[in-house]
Amino acid sequence: MKLLKVVPDDTNIDFLKWRGWAFAISLLLMAASVGLVATKGLNFGVDFIGGQMIRATFTQSAAAPVAELRETVGSLGYGDPTIQRFGAENQVSIRMKLPDGADKNPELANAMAEKITSKLKADHPDVRIDGVDSVSGKVSEELFSKGILALLAAMAGVSIYIWFRFEWQFGVGAIWSLLHDVTLTFGLFAITGWEFDLNIIAALLTIIGYSLNDTVVVYDRIRENLMKFRKMEMASLLNLSVNETLSRTVMTSVSISLPLIVLVLFGPDVIFGFSMAMAFGIVVGTYSSIYQAAPILIWLKVGSHSFVPTDEGTGSKAERIGADFGAQP
Amino acid sequence: MLDFPRWRVWMLNILIIVGVAFAIPSLLPTSMRAQLAQFVPTPTINLGLDLAGGSHILLEADTSQLAEARLEALEDSVRTALRRTDPQIAIADVSRSEGKLSFNVTDMSKVDAAREVILPLISNAMGARDWDLGVNNGNRIVLSPVSSGDETALDQAMDTAKDVIDRRINALGTLEPTIIRQGENRIVVQVPGLEDPEALKALIGKTAKLEFKLVDEQADPDQTAQGKARVGSQVLPYPDNPTGLPYIAVRRLGGISGDKLVKADPTFDQQTNEPAVTIQFDSEGGQRFARMTQQNVNKLFAIVLDGQVISAPQIREPIFGGVSQISGSFTTESANALSISLRSGALPVDLTIVEERSVGPDLGADSIRRGILAAVIGTTAILVLMFLVYGRFGMYANFALIINVGLILGVMAFANATLTLPGIAGFVLTIGAAVDANVLINERIREELKRGRRVVQAIEFGYKEASRAIFDANSTNVIAAVLLFIFGSGPIRGFAVVLMIGIVTSVFTAVTITRMWVSHWVKNTRPTELTI
Repeated sequence: MKLLKVVPDDTNIDFLKWRGWAFAISLLLMAASVGLVATKGLNFGVDFIGGQMIRATFTQSAAAPVAELRETVGSLGYGDPTIQRFGAENQVSIRMKLPDGADKNPELANAMAEKITSKLKADHPDVRIDGVDSVSGKVSEELFSKGILALLAAMAGVSIYIWFRFEWQFGVGAIWSLLHDVTLTFGLFAITGWEFDLNIIAALLTIIGYSLNDTVVVYDRIRENLMKFRKMEMASLLNLSVNETLSRTVMTSVSISLPLIVLVLFGPDVIFGFSMAMAFGIVVGTYSSIYQAAPILIWLKVGSHSFVPTDEGTGSKAERIGADFGAQP
Repeated sequence: MLDFPRWRVWMLNILIIVGVAFAIPSLLPTSMRAQLAQFVPTPTINLGLDLAGGSHILLEADTSQLAEARLEALEDSVRTALRRTDPQIAIADVSRSEGKLSFNVTDMSKVDAAREVILPLISNAMGARDWDLGVNNGNRIVLSPVSSGDETALDQAMDTAKDVIDRRINALGTLEPTIIRQGENRIVVQVPGLEDPEALKALIGKTAKLEFKLVDEQADPDQTAQGKARVGSQVLPYPDNPTGLPYIAVRRLGGISGDKLVKADPTFDQQTNEPAVTIQFDSEGGQRFARMTQQNVNKLFAIVLDGQVISAPQIREPIFGGVSQISGSFTTESANALSISLRSGALPVDLTIVEERSVGPDLGADSIRRGILAAVIGTTAILVLMFLVYGRFGMYANFALIINVGLILGVMAFANATLTLPGIAGFVLTIGAAVDANVLINERIREELKRGRRVVQAIEFGYKEASRAIFDANSTNVIAAVLLFIFGSGPIRGFAVVLMIGIVTSVFTAVTITRMWVSHWVKNTRPTELTI
């Protein structure tokens, strides 16, 4: 049986040739992301800014009457709603600020939800209320700070792990590439205006985990090769390592992306943003382990001197020792 | 490396069978599961609220109010104790400020006697102090709270509040609520399958502190309108006041509280035929109520609920027997809700809803259906791809993947974990990532073969060399998942749980189990050629 080869044998692409360009483009994109988040801002969900979100489906309509809803809900005297379609054309989320004083008296928030839903039901008999979320300012602030804390802790935690398992330069490389992936994902949400809620924090943490997965595999091979080919020039060594692991990188990225693409296409609409964030993160993460995590090692002057051969690379060591023995007599 | 003793093979097989067996009940339809449950225990995976539909309510206690209530209770007990001492110890200039209670003992020589009386009041059962006692200027006693006392009080109040909420929700009927304390001053209430949380919220949001106080009939209505009261009186809101003024002045002392009830039922007022609530005091409360009504015939008394007057009827005759009726502008529903709340006791603290999420059952069902569809399509695509790329070894990986799916479900059922919507996404993702270990191993075997190693040696090297990267890569994922679990809440935690379980089971199936199969194949066929 002839097997499929995702990457042809003896592939030798000079990835590192474009490292300057790649780095420049990445820096540009990161700066653009930061700029976008700063100027345009993120479309925070009620999880992070507090307020009320009502999800509704117009079961008999092809599309939800967004403009009309904006009008009618706005006229109820609770301020202007933020109305968005999510997933299907006939599903909307209606976001409102909580009325003044609702922190002390939740009845006010109840009354608002009640008024909006009964108005919807009166105007549209086919409407189905899928859920109501009310989050007070206090809880949303907590969720926000906890989310940011989780992201920072995850980045720091895994980088420290890499530092312990490899060398400090590898830890720096890891944290840089994670910063890269997270920043670009923030940028994606700023530019598309997709709702940024708790689920997206979960997606970001997962991206951190899997982007690092890729980085670790490349780093592992770099370490192995550094101990094996002690005289090789760093750029060629990195190229060799990336190429050697290329078919694995492609294969794994494809196998992780496959279900994610399915999730984006057929999955529940409620987690569309979540699935998109992860799919995006996998692509960016794969790129960053080749073009950010690896070249940084050159700039941080990693070389074979960084590793004293130890028992860790048993297999390769055994091979080298065997070769030495062969050369001796 | 490829050497598998027979006992290990047995152990692994048993582990797989047991693990997967736990998944079976969760996959069966409910009716079959019920039948099966008659013979064997059937732990199942819980569905999160976002999938099953239902309400999640987060309540927060007002801690400052609790401290105030404690101070008030302390003042009450100190006053009573000193009054009852024989001879009475007179005090003056009582003040409650900054959380402290202070007063002058009028007779300097009695300060020590007063201290003796107070000390037992401020020590708890464990012998520790709840309050510090100090004396300023020779005769001013200052009682300041000890922080551990505040914590214990909060802790007890929260436990009581949890029980009260439990009783109130149970009174609503066949719901299966989960009520758990969270942090210092919060309680999470989750009720699956509840579509309209309004009734529930009306029930658990009310403190239901009932008091009976005498109306200050000498109060100047103009003063009352401005919120000012005479010494010894206080102004309370009274929305249904027949005089039209939404306030009323009541005497601070001489009232009784309604926490000594044995019964509370919704009823109808016999004269007006409007909904009302009848209450019955316990014997002690009944006696106090009788005394109060006896001493104040023809006067007005205010029925105060949660600091708001609901009605202020006249005492026409003394009420013995401890049964009374509360009327106000009730509806049948609100009379019913109030009687449930009164019956289950007052909440020791005011609770405010700080977060509420409800999901309709249709949306949840739709999410499950589409989530499962995505999982099935995704898995199938991976199975095909793995077979096309790695052939025999791809099939090993595929079988391992299928077992992995069973194991994840089994472990989740065994741990009674909750599957949430992000959890399904985590599941789908785990499936994609699970084959990574096999990809690493298989690619390595390919490489070793290319370098000219013989088949058996290449396989051995493949497993050995790849395991380092597999270990590091999965460790970082565990770190991320653990942090996700620690910092996440609700559905996100469900996601973290699936990730953690998935990482462990996938390493087990992708590395250990496939190695067992590979070693079996190698032993039996002694392959000299391998297409991978």
